Amino acid sequence: MGNKIETKNLNFFYGSHQALFDNNLAVEENSIMAVIGPSGCGKSTHLRTYNRIFELYRGQHVKGEILLDGKNIFDPDVDILELRRKVGMIFQKPTPFPMSVFDNVAYPLRLHFKHSKQELAERVEIALRGASLWDEVKDKLKYSGLALSGGQQQRLCIARAIAVEPEVLLMDEPTSAIDPIATLKIEELMVELKKKFTIVIVTHNMQQAARISDNVAFFYKGEIIEVGSAEMMFTHPRNPKTEEYITGRFG
Amino acid sequence: MKKRGIFLRKAKDGLIRIFSAMTILLAIGVMVWILYTVICKGAAIMSFGFLTHASKPFGIAAGGVANAILGSLLITLGAAIIAIPPAVCAGIYLAEFSTYPKLSGVLRFCANVMMGIPSVLVGLFVYMLMVATMGHFSGLSASVALAIIMFPVIMRTTEDMLLMIPYTLRESALALGMTKTRTTLAVVCRSAKNGLLTGILLALSRVSGETAPLLFTALFSDSWPTGYFSEPTANLPVLITEYATNSPFESMQRAGWGAALVVTILVLCSNLGVRIFFREKKSGQ
Repeated sequence: MGNKIETKNLNFFYGSHQALFDNNLAVEENSIMAVIGPSGCGKSTHLRTYNRIFELYRGQHVKGEILLDGKNIFDPDVDILELRRKVGMIFQKPTPFPMSVFDNVAYPLRLHFKHSKQELAERVEIALRGASLWDEVKDKLKYSGLALSGGQQQRLCIARAIAVEPEVLLMDEPTSAIDPIATLKIEELMVELKKKFTIVIVTHNMQQAARISDNVAFFYKGEIIEVGSAEMMFTHPRNPKTEEYITGRFG
Repeated sequence: MKKRGIFLRKAKDGLIRIFSAMTILLAIGVMVWILYTVICKGAAIMSFGFLTHASKPFGIAAGGVANAILGSLLITLGAAIIAIPPAVCAGIYLAEFSTYPKLSGVLRFCANVMMGIPSVLVGLFVYMLMVATMGHFSGLSASVALAIIMFPVIMRTTEDMLLMIPYTLRESALALGMTKTRTTLAVVCRSAKNGLLTGILLALSRVSGETAPLLFTALFSDSWPTGYFSEPTANLPVLITEYATNSPFESMQRAGWGAALVVTILVLCSNLGVRIFFREKKSGQ
């Protein structure tokens, strides 16, 4: 399988403070890449470059390249709205919009695609099914998205993200604000989703990384210390720092 | 280490509790007292005729306040139309679009200064700007004066309310490929809807009782407010001031109390009405 995303010599700066140092990382298509490391090591910062969401903030900038299907996303001819459609993002806390369950999914969909009313309804259903949420909300489509439970809200956000037909899903600790049973559901969902999408997930939960990921990247102080298959990383890490972190000696 | 006396700590805790409860009682007590006085004195004169007839010139009995009610509604509505759209937009700009922190700081400072300007000065300003140059008092000029008073209040509350919306909500909308404007209007403003409304209502309530600026602009008239754009226009605050302080007739003083009750009820109703209409619908449509 080819590489969906390739990061080349990526450096990231918060103003004059450098947060990422020469990150090189390749993410295979239709796989789950787990990004792990202690707090403040740059995991989220790294993830937030893939859809250029950091550009909202003054003073944050990058040096280096990120290739999505071989095309540098920082090239001036890349359309930011189209890039963000292709590279969806799920955040730590569920962020349903203040509108109905249906509109949460339909609203962004309508911005990117022209649909008849019926097509739109079908697409919303497909997205909600894709996020394993349809059965729970099919009678509540007109209720506010804010009325759902935390785990449901997070799956609504996933439905919203996959509705616009992305190719990559970025997940920034998507289950850290959610109870264990809902977490399990979302993990099962991720394994299902990787058939269609390429997933990069930042997680603090070693077991989660071991359960769902194909590959793991270990970050420390803004550098990528080690990358490898999940099996290898959790059984025979080559770098002593990785081993220390995985066995819980720091973090 | 020596242990601190538990009694003293508990006593302090108790004192502060009692003190804060007392201040609440004081504040509520004053409010109840005012309301009680207004209701008792105002209700005495309340009648169908009082609410449906226009006021009469000084000294003629049996006048109503209907023209002043209508005039006040017109003036406040006019002020709302003039002030709300640009003030909300300015607040949105400050909270969402401004990319120059220094400029935002200056704008914010100006708004704060504007909020501190005595309303009588605003009245005088509009008097010079409109009444003196056009040669006549008018309801419209009163609306302009009230709009000037409302503008900074609405702008600042809009900004504050929008800034309270968590940043991740904006990020998740932008991360779906929405434009900044879409994100702001469809997601951020909608989330802050109740807060925005509260700000607007507070500003409206505040100006609906303003008297000083109206003395320079709308003045007063015993006729129906048909000349909103070009003639002195009846309104409640000036009616209350005139009847209560400048009239030797007891019947007029009583009418003043009636008018005060009407203002209170109008402000209360508009507040409740808007709140009920825009109530958060958590479940169901």
